[in-house]
Amino acid sequence: MIDKFVRSAAEAVDGVKDGATVLVGGFGAVGQPLTLIDALIEQGAKDLTIVANNAGVGRVGLARLLDLGRVRKVICSFPRSSDPVVFEELYKAGRIELEIVPQGTLAERLRAAGAGIPAFFTPTAYGTQLADGKEVREIGGRSCVLETALQGDVALVECWKADRWGNLTFRDSGRNFNPVMATAATLTVAQSQHVAELGALDPETVVTPGVYVDRVVHVPYGDP
Amino acid sequence: MPGTRPASKPLTRGEMAARAARDIPEGWYVNLGIGMPTLIANYVPFDREVIFHSENGILGMGPQPEPDKINRWLVNAGKQHVTLRPGGCYFHHADSFAMIRGGHLDLCVLGAFQVAENGDIANWATTSESAPAVGGAMDLCVGAKNLWVVMEHTTKAGESKLVRRCSYPLTALGCVTRIYTNLAVLEVTPEGFVVTEMIPGLSFQELQSRTDAPLKLAC
Repeated sequence: MIDKFVRSAAEAVDGVKDGATVLVGGFGAVGQPLTLIDALIEQGAKDLTIVANNAGVGRVGLARLLDLGRVRKVICSFPRSSDPVVFEELYKAGRIELEIVPQGTLAERLRAAGAGIPAFFTPTAYGTQLADGKEVREIGGRSCVLETALQGDVALVECWKADRWGNLTFRDSGRNFNPVMATAATLTVAQSQHVAELGALDPETVVTPGVYVDRVVHVPYGDP
Repeated sequence: MPGTRPASKPLTRGEMAARAARDIPEGWYVNLGIGMPTLIANYVPFDREVIFHSENGILGMGPQPEPDKINRWLVNAGKQHVTLRPGGCYFHHADSFAMIRGGHLDLCVLGAFQVAENGDIANWATTSESAPAVGGAMDLCVGAKNLWVVMEHTTKAGESKLVRRCSYPLTALGCVTRIYTNLAVLEVTPEGFVVTEMIPGLSFQELQSRTDAPLKLAC
């Protein structure tokens, strides 16, 4: 019997290695896998590359992981969110690398990784600093920039419901980067608000099929 | 400014947003950038069905909820709580940007530091910032069918934001089609900025004197 549920967040992030590239879902406070991030803090892996839309808020969660000096590099589209104190401190001190990626290019680089496409051309960022050093080609009359797939070693995602096969559903704008990141990592770990019996999820509503998911941990909190 | 005519009164932020909102036709799919462009949604009447898109996976975004009706799972690209109109739907980030980059949005309205007479836009970084942040602006600029900018005509120091060439880092080349400022409405054409509207009491000469790039008056 397939059962991708693990008993604890610690078990869910077991085996993350130093130097790993970790994809972290969420957009602002919505859809962030907070319990998995805390578990990664406890787990101890260091020299991490974090791929996320934002670079942490306040001093908790992702910001705390940065604060503890465990992150070598951040790849994101918008490091300046509402309260990016920790990231700003590290960046000004030259203690963290930053790779700024346009939000759509970030999503597409992840999608490409999940879909086995090593690189793609896009007009986004052509003629800007973010295209510096990248191959440019004119395709269909438009100047395009070559962007490479962004593969994670681990993806940490949050979902609304999950079954033991790892099928996932999401809630409202909590979907954001989570489904695309789930496709793009060697090890995909989901924290789910709810547990569904196998067969209880309407197949039409499954956003992330279980083929992409390796481990699920039940983290009930907040709304029913 | 000395003269015999009464002094002209620049538009407020709300008035600029309302002015841009007037020009959005029913049926358009529209993305509004964070900051002043977000205000535009407040001035589109509910019965004129304009469908607002948010980068984080929403089509049919509605206004901010009453404080006791906040759904904490539902935020817009600026991370503010919003609502979903009947007919609205959700999708993930890759689909959201497929809509943007695939040319499916009729309009994006952004703020800007500078717009050049060739349609170049600079709106994501100034030299003074510690860490740059681009978000979805570069994708929106190249993907939306129309790109409008809503911004003050000049900086607080009085420098023109409509320029011959942008001095700040570019967001995208040659993509702005129209600009709404607190002084005027301008089209970006192959011949440069063309003024289609000015606030009452402002002369073309006065507008030109506050603008770095040369202006033409629409016939």
